[in-house]
Amino acid sequence: MSPSEAPAEAPSAAPDRPGLIDAVPVRHVGRWVAVVVIAVLVAMFAHLLLTNAAFRWTDVTFPAMVQAPVIEGLIRGTIVVTIGSMLLGVALGVVIAIMRLSPNKVLSYTSWVYTWFFRAIPRYVLLFIIGNLAVVLPRIDIGIPFDFIATDLLGLSSSFRLLGFDTQQIGTSIAGGILGLGLSEAAYMAEIARAGILSVDRGQDEAAQALGMSRGKAMRRIVLPQAMRVIVPPTGNEAIAMVKDTSLLIALPLGTELFFQLRAIGSRTFAVFPVAVAATLWYLVLGSVFMAVQYFLEQRFGRGFGATKAPGVQPVVAVGQGGR
Amino acid sequence: MSETAQAPPMPLVHAVNVTKSFHGTEVLKGIDMDVDRGQVVCLLGPSGSGKTTFLRCINQLETIDGGRIWVDGVLMGYDDRAGRLHRLGDKAIAAQRRDIGMCFQRFNLFPHMTATENVLEAPVQVRGENKAQARKDALELLEQVGLADRCHAYPAQLSGGQQQRVAIARALAMKPKLMLFDEPTSALDPELVGEVLAVMRELADDGMTMIVVTHEMSFAREVADRVVFMDGGVVIEQGPPAVVISDPQHPRTKAFLQRMRHEEAEGHAGSAVEVPADDELTP
Ligand SMILES: Nc1ncnc2c1ncn2[C@@H]1O[C@H](COP(=O)(O)OP(=O)(O)O)[C@@H](O)[C@H]1O
Ligand SMILES: [Mg+2]
Repeated sequence: MSPSEAPAEAPSAAPDRPGLIDAVPVRHVGRWVAVVVIAVLVAMFAHLLLTNAAFRWTDVTFPAMVQAPVIEGLIRGTIVVTIGSMLLGVALGVVIAIMRLSPNKVLSYTSWVYTWFFRAIPRYVLLFIIGNLAVVLPRIDIGIPFDFIATDLLGLSSSFRLLGFDTQQIGTSIAGGILGLGLSEAAYMAEIARAGILSVDRGQDEAAQALGMSRGKAMRRIVLPQAMRVIVPPTGNEAIAMVKDTSLLIALPLGTELFFQLRAIGSRTFAVFPVAVAATLWYLVLGSVFMAVQYFLEQRFGRGFGATKAPGVQPVVAVGQGGR
Repeated sequence: MSETAQAPPMPLVHAVNVTKSFHGTEVLKGIDMDVDRGQVVCLLGPSGSGKTTFLRCINQLETIDGGRIWVDGVLMGYDDRAGRLHRLGDKAIAAQRRDIGMCFQRFNLFPHMTATENVLEAPVQVRGENKAQARKDALELLEQVGLADRCHAYPAQLSGGQQQRVAIARALAMKPKLMLFDEPTSALDPELVGEVLAVMRELADDGMTMIVVTHEMSFAREVADRVVFMDGGVVIEQGPPAVVISDPQHPRTKAFLQRMRHEEAEGHAGSAVEVPADDELTP
């Protein structure tokens, strides 16, 4: 306990009235035992890391971490796919959550089926399917649906297609990875977003509408920003989980990815364990970065809820009053 | 139906035979109400009599089952095409609401925005006003409700009375023709009631048309042009406050007012604080 800075007019100043408390604190013997045990374990672990020859920090682990294919895999396969699939997942997830809350039964049921389907499919299997989608759909064209009926009827030879993709090529690329992981993520994000939207008081939406906002604007300006406070922490979890799930891209198959590249080095050099450590270190770095991003987002969306101090508020009030 | 007196100037609010049910229970059983421009009407009545529901029907937060509501000559919620009503879409209803301000019992300020941001949100987002101008207007409105010094505070950092005053400023920012108040002081600590009523009183003096659901009898008596007593989804009695409050005719009105007086006599601190505020504003 630090010495109190109670103001002079505190009641303790009076004679023959009990003054400040200066008591002997409780001794937490159990805690100290635990601290000693932990200290010993940490020392043993550090000793292992530094002295065990199998680690090979300087000749395999560190050099492997910065090799060109590893860095390329880290940036394209791991970071870009994580960010891309999370963006897709969040955007689509919010749409699915809003559909789920719609009074229209078709919309809400469609949303339920989506969530049911994509939550049930393992990501590894989903990526495998996307990589092999060319079996059923060799090409994907964007244009007018069922245009072949119209062209047949009118006897035209041209088609109403604007953009075409080779499914095989797309399916096994970074885009295929973002698509697969993003679609899967949307199912989880939908539930998270729905919880967030439901956490906002109905009066907020009503106040917004009473001011003349349309439903969409009330959702975007008033409800979603408040829902974010509830949505961000579990989304941070999802993003960190997604970093790890990019190691599943090999199911596409796509090898431009951190773990696959490191494992390749491992099998080439017969130093399997040191490259696993290299992967661990990179994943720790990425996890830390995403946690920092989450922290800033929480600050941003916690505005007005006591998470940040607003200008023009005197924090004096809490300290000065009732000084005991 | 549609030719209901369009020619002579309609009152600002013209409600005819409004009915509304929730899950088969009729909550409004044919309410008629006219409010002229500049009038202050206080809605009185026991809890559950349908006062809130009626207010919410006026700005379409509830859809009505029967009857019609016109605000400033505009039929609310529907397009009357040669006698056949067509339900308006979300955007059109939103547009109709712009001219109607509403204050809620629980304030419903946007907690993620400062007082100023709360006030300038609708002018900027709904009316597309220039942000700098809207900010200036917002500060003016906050000053009008006595909160210029708290403009950077978030709602959680304001007292209930301050929050409700920001809510009033927020509604006024849309320059409404009509203000609806649903028990604006019921969620407040008694000593904070006076500051909100003082702002509303000023607003009434400035000629704002207001419908106020309230249990503050002295406010109704002194500010209202007319009080309407509702019970069980019907209007039981209405007239000038001097008549209805001092000399009610209907037994249900009498019983209700007696109960209110009883509560006030039992040291309902609200009225005690109101007095100095009243003196300030009506010398
Ligand atoms: N959304 C709703 N769903 C079902 N019943 C409602 C709803 N809103 C109000 N009611 C019912 O309608 C009646 C009138 O409510 P209300 O208008 O809030 O009365 P007051 O404001 O006069 O206290 C009450 O019996 C209430 O339970
Ligand atoms: Mg009510």
